[in-house]
This record gives sequence, structure tokens and C-alpha cells, in this order.
Amino acid sequence: MADLVSHPDEVKLLSFRFGKGAASIEKYLELGGYASARKAIELGADGIVAEMKASNLRGRGGAGFPTGMKWSFVPKQSAKPKYVLVNGDESEPGTCKDRLIFEHDPHSVIEGVIIAGLAIGSRMGFIYLRGEYRYLLKIMERAIEEAYAKGFLGRNIFGSGLDFEVVSHTGAGAYEVGEESALMESLEGKRGIPRIRPPFPAVVGLYGGPTIINNAETIATVPHIFRIGGAEYAKLGTERNGGTRLFCLSGKLERPGVYELPMGYNLKKMIYEVGGGIPGGRKLKAVVPGGSSTPVLLPEEIDIGMDFDQVGKAGSMLGSGGVVVLDDTVCMVEFALRTMKFYRHESCGWCIPCREGTDWLEKTLTRFHAGGGQARDIDNIRYLAENMMGRTFCPLGDAAAMPTIAFVKKFRKEFEDHLNGAPCPYAHHREAALATV
Amino acid sequence: MSGDSSESKTIFSPALAARFDRLVGLYPVRRSALIPMLLYAQDEIGCISDEAVAEIARRIQITELDVRNVISYYSLLHTEPHGKFHVQVCTNISCMLRGGNELFEHCKRRLGVGNKETTPDKLFSLEEVECIGACSWAPAVQVNYDFHENLTPESMDRVLDDYRARS
Ligand SMILES: Cc1cc2nc3c(=O)[nH]c(=O)nc-3n(C[C@H](O)[C@H](O)[C@H](O)COP(=O)(O)O)c2cc1C
Ligand code: SF4
Ligand code: FES
Repeated sequence: MADLVSHPDEVKLLSFRFGKGAASIEKYLELGGYASARKAIELGADGIVAEMKASNLRGRGGAGFPTGMKWSFVPKQSAKPKYVLVNGDESEPGTCKDRLIFEHDPHSVIEGVIIAGLAIGSRMGFIYLRGEYRYLLKIMERAIEEAYAKGFLGRNIFGSGLDFEVVSHTGAGAYEVGEESALMESLEGKRGIPRIRPPFPAVVGLYGGPTIINNAETIATVPHIFRIGGAEYAKLGTERNGGTRLFCLSGKLERPGVYELPMGYNLKKMIYEVGGGIPGGRKLKAVVPGGSSTPVLLPEEIDIGMDFDQVGKAGSMLGSGGVVVLDDTVCMVEFALRTMKFYRHESCGWCIPCREGTDWLEKTLTRFHAGGGQARDIDNIRYLAENMMGRTFCPLGDAAAMPTIAFVKKFRKEFEDHLNGAPCPYAHHREAALATV
Repeated sequence: MSGDSSESKTIFSPALAARFDRLVGLYPVRRSALIPMLLYAQDEIGCISDEAVAEIARRIQITELDVRNVISYYSLLHTEPHGKFHVQVCTNISCMLRGGNELFEHCKRRLGVGNKETTPDKLFSLEEVECIGACSWAPAVQVNYDFHENLTPESMDRVLDDYRARS
């Protein structure tokens, strides 16, 4: 299974049980597990939401929406049952953190779902795992069984008089299904085509009932907030960006891995100290700071704190926490092409700007990278991408367009170099590149 | 409710049929069980055969066309059998930066097949896949559901040899 790493700068709050056998409920209980759920029962719905708001926790799935606020949007009264849905579809390239949570601390997800359920008055939660994570489904199923056996799930949980059911569920391969409304469609047994909003899931969601959808890391963080208190949790991070998060360091690094660092941790330090810097004495060329859909940053742009606001100010996004590091051997056109190939493959095809845009961009970038480019292609690529922005039913169109625009804007010279040296003028870096990893 | 679906003839093992009986009752609507059922059916019989489509449609109480529509959307679901060991090489960004493309080429040569092809002995099939959630341990490969990470062409050969020896 995936190796665990460690660095002295880490603040192991969410990950403190990793590697300790806490997938077993006995170990989880020994390490303080399910105490937060009991505390939450005492607090009641309003108390839970207040604590969540105090924590400044923002969603770890990508957009960074404040979790407490999301929960407060669910109407108190509802004719239809309410649901909690955990998003464990984890498919944004560069992201591999939820996997560790499911593997090492599945009960924290269950406990988080219970607390979310208490907060909104729901009696049923779903944990959706991507189909590729089959070994995790087994771990999750076993953990759920254990929780039922202890009376933490089912009838009269913790002797509170309340009932709560949790069901684990598997997808079958589709990035788009990670989008919240497509996720609900998929859980209802359909193709993962998004729904038009409004209405938002908090009002009309799964099976037509009010639903909160949170990323697996978001949910797994919840019990820790009740363990140390919302205000304490907030203090670990920066203003309006509470706590810690799991950063997935990948690419051209000495020590790639998933590290838990405080929100606002400096990106440069993350790369050079936590990740051990660039192998082989090569130079840093670019950083994709939050998964493949986030605009690339230049080396001179990385002296920033990694929270949603600071990365936003730098013109990119903190996204899903996937920090992908590129050195000077990488051809940016090829990198842009590989990114687009992914989005073209994953577009559900419902809206024309996304379906046609990703297809044309992949075709153009393929031809361009192979040496068949023309000067006007460079502006065309940017123009095509810019015209996808904000014109689609779900954010996948933007997710494909945003990085593309940044690649052209920030690495225009590399695009121009491809006009002269056919096919790829950077191809000779390849050998050197592979020698360093 | 048709509790009869398990009693009427099933093409699945008794254990899986029992699991299906339980699954359809687990959710507020039967149809929610569809995608897991398709995946588990495929795991047991190697692909989603016409018979599997028919039985699952009957169990969920939807049309076969509805079932096929769903199958065609999800990349893990397939109606033709793969090799006994389905080798899925990630070439997405994090893996690409650490030799994912070269690993994929190596697998092609080593197995003597192209993308989405199966060896004549039906032992191995090969597929280039998108990010499998192993970016920090790149380059990564999944064989059926098992992850293999931090691979080199040499360690990849050992992985393939191990599977061959197991067959
Ligand atoms: C195309 C697309 C794919 C997404 N994939 C995921 C995913 O795999 N996991 C995830 O948690 N959120 C994903 N999201 C974000 C979800 O739509 C949603 O915002 C998130 O699950 C909310 O959880 P949070 O508030 O805890 O971040 C995706 C969004 C889009 C547009
Ligand atoms: S933006 Fe793309 S993925 Fe989203 S609904 Fe439109 S076609 Fe589908
Ligand atoms: S990019 Fe290959 S596993 Fe994520």
C-alpha cells in the first residue's frame, strides 16, 4: 500500500492515527475515537453548526466552500428525508489523499458522517468511493459493520434515541462523477450527467431531499474539530482558512508524498524543505498548486502561503491539495496537451463548449506539439479556452480551460519554440529527465 | 418488490446473488444498487455479459437499455472480457513526470500488445488510464484492483512476471 512519509513541520491532526491500525474499531476507540460523536449529540444541531463555523474549515474537495455555512443552508423542516453524501471519488490528477484516510482511518469518516447527519437532522449517510478503490471499499465496509455492532450506527445510536444509517458505495470509473450533482446522479444509478442549479443540493439533492455533499477529507476532519474545539482548530491555520490539510506532493521532487501541513504553509518551503527539492540539481520550472485544473504558477510566484485566499490572489487556486512540481526538463506544451487529453476524455459531452472545446484543444495541441503548429494556433488555443469559461453547465469546462489559458500566457515562448524546431524542441530533455527520478 | 429474483434462476454464485438481494434493499430506491451490482457482476464473470445485463435489469426493475446506457458511461465497466490480469498504466501528469509514458511503452513491448488489447493467451490486457490516485507514488499501475507504485521498467517486469507465475 501507499507509503507514509513524515516531516518535522507537519501538524498531524487529521493524520495522527495513520499507520497505527486504526481501521480496527478497537484501536480507533483506544485513540479517542467516537468521543466527538458523543459530544456532538450533546451539542445538538445548532451547537454543531456553530462549532463548525468557528473552525473556519473550508471544503477540501476543490472549491473551498466554508463547511459550517454549507451545513447551515439545509432547511430545518423538510417533507423529504435529508442525506449526507461523502465524496470519495478522488480523481483530480495530482490528488491522492482521501485514499490514505479510507485506508488508515475509515472510522473518522464514519464519525464525521454521523456528526454531519446530526447537524442537519438526517438519518442516512452515503460514502461514495471511486471504483478503482476496491481495496478501500472492503476496509470501509468492515468499519461500518463494526460501528453497527457497537451501536454507533443503526437504531438509537450511542443510546441517544436517534437513528442513523451509513451505506458505502462504489462508482465505476468517471472523473465527472466527482462533481457534486453528477455524484448524486451516479448514486441514483444513472450516468454522471450534472444537474442544473439552482436548486442547490442543500435544498433539493439526493432522491429529491436536502443533501450535504462534502469531500472525504472534509468529513474526516470533522471529528478532530470536536476533539480539540472549533476555535483551536481555526488557530492552526490562517485567517478564514482554519486548520491543516493533506497536501499531495508529486512530480519532480526528492521526497514526494502526502504531508499534513497547516493551512497557509509557504509553498516554496513545501517544495524545497518538505518535498526535499528538485532531484538531480535541476531547476524549478513551474508548479501546479492544487490539482490539474488549477492554473500553473511560475517559480517567482510561489513565495505564498497555501490557503484558499493567498493562492487565489496569486491567480490560481488551492483546489484539491495536489501540488505538482515541474522542473526544467518538462515541455510545457506536452504538459498542457496531457492535461487537455484528460479533460477531453472526461467531458460528459452535455454542453457544446466543453465537449467541442476540449476536443479541439486536444487536437490542436497534439498537432502543435508534433511540429505541425502555426503561429496563429497559439492565440487560437487561448481564445478557444477563454470562450469555454463560464459557458458550461458544470465547472469541468472551466477546469479544462483555466490551466490552458495559464500555460499559453505564462509559457508563450515555449509554444513559439515549437514553431521552429519540429517536432518537439524539448524532446532531448526527456532522457535527462528520466535519469533524475 | 420482487423478492423472487434470487429464487428464479441466477447466473451468479449464491454468495453474489445473496449480496444482490441485500443491495437492492439498502437504498431508498432500488436503482441505486445498479452501479455496484454491475461492477461486482463483472468481477465475478469477467465482463458484463448479455445474461448479466438481463438479470441485473430484472433485479433492479428497469429496462436492459437503461442498464446498457449506464454501462457505456463508466470506464471500468466492459461488455467484452479483458485478460486475466488487466494492466492499467497511468500516464496522467504526475505519472508522466516520473516516466509513466515510458512505462506504458515498456509494457506494450513486454506484453506485445497495444492499448486496450489482450495477449493471445488471454493472460494480460493493457490499458492507458487516467489518474488512479497514486500521484505521490508515481509512476503507478493497477493490475485488476491492485496498486503497484514507484515503478521502473525493471520493477514492472518483476510485477508482470509475478502475475504470470500466479496464473
Ligand atoms: C469535474 C469536477 C470533479 C470533481 N471531483 C471531485 C472529487 O473527486 N472529489 C471531491 O471531493 N470533490 C470533487 N469536486 C468538487 C465537488 O463538486 C464538491 O464541490 C465537493 O465534493 C464539495 O465538498 P467540500 O465542500 O467538502 O469541498 C469536483 C468538481 C468538479 C467540477
Ligand atoms: S461542462 Fe463538460 S462535463 Fe460539465 S456538464 Fe458540460 S459537457 Fe458535461
Ligand atoms: S497522475 Fe498517475 S496516479 Fe495520479
